[in-house]
Amino acid sequence: MSESLELFRQRFPETQVFVKNPRRLYLTIPRGKITAAAKFLHQERGMRLSICTGIDTREGFEILYHFSEDKTGILFTLKVFLPKDNPQIESQGAWFPAAQWIEREMNELLGINFIGHPNLAPLLTPDHDWEPDRYPLRRDYERRNEAHER
Amino acid sequence: MSDETKSRRIVPIGPYHPLQEEPEFFKLIVEGEKVVDLEIHIGYNHRGHEFISPELTYDQVPFLVERICGICSNSHPLAAVLAIEDCAGIKSPPRANFIRSIIHELERIHSHLLWVGLAGHFIGYNTVWMWAWRYREHILEVFEMITGNRNHYTVNKPGGVRWDIKPEYIPQIHAALDLVEKKTMMLTKAVLDDPVIRARLEGVGILTREQAIAWSVLGPTARGSGVDIDVRRDDPHAAYDQVPWNVIVLPEGDVFAKAKVRLLEIFESVRIIRGCLDNLPDGPIDVRIDEIPPGEGVGRTEAPRGEVFHYIRSDGSNRPIRHKIRAPSYMNIASNVVAVRGGSIADAALTLAAVDPCYCCTERMAAFEDGKMKYSGQELLRLSWEKTEKLREGLGKSHYQEGRLE
Repeated sequence: MSESLELFRQRFPETQVFVKNPRRLYLTIPRGKITAAAKFLHQERGMRLSICTGIDTREGFEILYHFSEDKTGILFTLKVFLPKDNPQIESQGAWFPAAQWIEREMNELLGINFIGHPNLAPLLTPDHDWEPDRYPLRRDYERRNEAHER
Repeated sequence: MSDETKSRRIVPIGPYHPLQEEPEFFKLIVEGEKVVDLEIHIGYNHRGHEFISPELTYDQVPFLVERICGICSNSHPLAAVLAIEDCAGIKSPPRANFIRSIIHELERIHSHLLWVGLAGHFIGYNTVWMWAWRYREHILEVFEMITGNRNHYTVNKPGGVRWDIKPEYIPQIHAALDLVEKKTMMLTKAVLDDPVIRARLEGVGILTREQAIAWSVLGPTARGSGVDIDVRRDDPHAAYDQVPWNVIVLPEGDVFAKAKVRLLEIFESVRIIRGCLDNLPDGPIDVRIDEIPPGEGVGRTEAPRGEVFHYIRSDGSNRPIRHKIRAPSYMNIASNVVAVRGGSIADAALTLAAVDPCYCCTERMAAFEDGKMKYSGQELLRLSWEKTEKLREGLGKSHYQEGRLE
């Protein structure tokens, strides 16, 4: 059993742990705990933020924060659920520069609002005039041939 | 306008370059020759792979992700199939693992040689450029022999590999490795001993260890700043835990350290390939996969530029419902904001290229002063060459003077 996992469980007892295999751990935490949990993994356990993944599912949005513990090769994935009608969460980019770009990307492609982000401007499609509330990675996104429409 | 900001000018680098894979636009904010800030704009080559991938079957996904990048066209498919195998709980056969490592390391050699050549060209050492690219050619010939392609090798598939390494290929691979090792040794000694190259690269574009950790940089960029990470060793996959090799880590954090890490890694790659060829097990090269169960999987591997990360979510059908792709430059380019600050314009392009994002941007540089073009791409290249020339003259003179004093 990983030492970091034990300490994480003590600090955040409400965590639901899913061990996919010994080097892939998935920790589901409530939305309000994300900053404390990310700070614990990066600042106290010395983990590196690999990347975040945003997923639109039937039930709501899932934000996954993949933290890599390079000493042991274990990938800790923090999983947070957001309801469909209120897709917002505290920004990690405010204190952790490595999270800034991916939060901008999730904001523009999935429509998640990161509260407290220093600059939430579009990253990948800055020149594309998206219609408001039309996000390509959402399930209700309809593909249209926009070149023909113009 | 305050006195402080009065002398500020913007030097745009970009927005695109046609030869390599990552068009980006760097807005350098300069005071005279000194760079005080940097804005990065990307997205010129956004092709929506994460959107397209869920429309493809698991067998088609490696073909798609292979085309993300022309230089590391083995890293993305390898990470993607590792993610699929992680999701399905499949283990690829030992022979396939060894072949994956061999192809992956051959790719690292050719990618690092490419970077060394371009860096040499930029600082005015065209001989380094010609040499490095000439020896890279032997590696591409090995690829052509094994897979039929010089690039886009299509080696990985879920459950194994597509191409076997036949016994008659092995002597030819050894011959190419011997040649490349000998020539790279000569090149490395020439580059590392050259006083002008040292003066030009040492202390330029420093990324400290703390900054490297805060920006979560990867690969040679992190290892050149003293961060001891390598996914091949830390999260073993393919055959990396079955052959001996070392991780090259240097503490300096400047462009010279990053160049040195890349040059020395070539020798480690040669060592890994030799170890794999000597211990290549017999047996099948793939396993049959009947279905991918619902769930999720992560695959990661060390590309020439750092960790490639793929995440796959399956709902039990034959297509992923979400496929997250993260290339190493995504983290490395962002760290340029701190690396170029305080340097000169002549060094900026080199510093931006030191993370090996893409090099042709330097050809696309143009500086504007009061609406008039001051430096074109060629001009910036000339500036860089002039600086090297000045250093060379200075060093030559001091040697000469020392000689006369004796």
